[in-house]
Amino acid sequence: MEIECNSVEETQKFAFEFSKNIEMGSIISLNGDLGAGKTTFAQGFARGMGIKQHVGSPTFKLVSEYHGENMKLFHVDCYRLSGINDFLNMGGENLLLSESGVCLFEWASIIEGVLPINTIIIDFIRFKDNSNKRLIKISGTD
Amino acid sequence: MIILGIETSCDETAVSVCMDGKILSNIVGSQLIHSNFGGVVPEVASREHERLLNDLTVKAIDSAKISINVIDGIAVTNGPGLAGALLTGVSFAKGLAIGLGIEIVSINHLEAHIIANLLDRDDINYPFLCLLVSGGHTQLWLIKKMDDYTLLGETRDDAAGEAFDKGARILGLGYPGGPEIEKCAQFGDSNLVKFPRAFINSRTIEFSFSGLKTSLLYYMDSFQETNECTLNDVAASYQSAIIDCLVAKMKLATKLTSVNTISIAGGVAKNKFLRQSIDKNLSDKNIIFPDLKYCTDNAAMISYLGEKKFQMGKKTNLDFSIKPNFKNNLD
Repeated sequence: MEIECNSVEETQKFAFEFSKNIEMGSIISLNGDLGAGKTTFAQGFARGMGIKQHVGSPTFKLVSEYHGENMKLFHVDCYRLSGINDFLNMGGENLLLSESGVCLFEWASIIEGVLPINTIIIDFIRFKDNSNKRLIKISGTD
Repeated sequence: MIILGIETSCDETAVSVCMDGKILSNIVGSQLIHSNFGGVVPEVASREHERLLNDLTVKAIDSAKISINVIDGIAVTNGPGLAGALLTGVSFAKGLAIGLGIEIVSINHLEAHIIANLLDRDDINYPFLCLLVSGGHTQLWLIKKMDDYTLLGETRDDAAGEAFDKGARILGLGYPGGPEIEKCAQFGDSNLVKFPRAFINSRTIEFSFSGLKTSLLYYMDSFQETNECTLNDVAASYQSAIIDCLVAKMKLATKLTSVNTISIAGGVAKNKFLRQSIDKNLSDKNIIFPDLKYCTDNAAMISYLGEKKFQMGKKTNLDFSIKPNFKNNLD
């Protein structure tokens, strides 16, 4: 599935709707360069789960945990990790096995080798000639 | 009172001893790794905490020139931070408290950063304002007195320290990004490139740095260095956009609260351009800058705040848990 979004609001609205169909225990990998819209997507996604708190970037905290209406959201950022060892050192395996919520991984390509086979992959592509436009590609879902 | 402080909320493992408001020792893990192991400091090292804690504690006690038996209480960070990292420090602290038969008090990492401003200073009066600005946080607090804090506002997305780090990456500079941008900025013209300053004229205390980052990204897409506009100029302009937002909201906070004493805390509080801008724009206020060594994560602030808590009669029951998430207060 591919969708074109032409503003921050459109990306958030799409993520809001997308979150409604996500099951407990799902793992979602958000890929794209700096400024591509990963955190923006996470913000809309969290709103859709009924989370009212500010959703900021988890780059420094590594993991931010939120309580939604029906389940938890773990917002993880692998940006500062140098590889799978770092991920395991921070206790990351617990996130992959979490049965209490959904995991959104930013920069998940760094830990690709440990992601489960049914990971939902979302790619964000930006365009140099239009700073508002993003192409969002989703794979790994039925 | 002699208090042992333990900090393991994120990357840094740190142990400190405080006696009667004075720091006797302040040891952080990265120093120990450098001197004892000669290896590279891992950036992310939750399980490193486990490996380092015992050695660091021994070192902190030795450097303080005290015996372990004279410690009156233990203070330990229980949040916010990374769950696994916090758990390591808290479990270690509990075990030590039980073994020594002494009391323990849990400490909020952010409160400790704020209260670190009081360290080595007796000229600070309540109430005061504090801009807490680091890689993970950008918040403005009103401190009415110890244990009475109001969050005036915070960032909607990226923290200022993160804006520095990601900006540095976009500019092709090294890590950590804050010092790298600061280095380039001193040779650049901060007025040359006009970057957006979110909420700068709004009457609310809030920050947003994600749009600024994106704006730099698109600027660099077509950037060619010339004599008229160098990379240093871009770095200086970008840095000044971040600092202008921080200082504008500090100014607004003094107006809204009529509080005239302001301070800064956290890793970004080391930035000398931020300090200069605060001096310049808030020159009629009483400004407090913390010692550079207390800006980045450390345990001195934990042992210091711990002693204050014990003196107020506070202690925590041994069954306390970690609080990884920030919930708009410092409890």
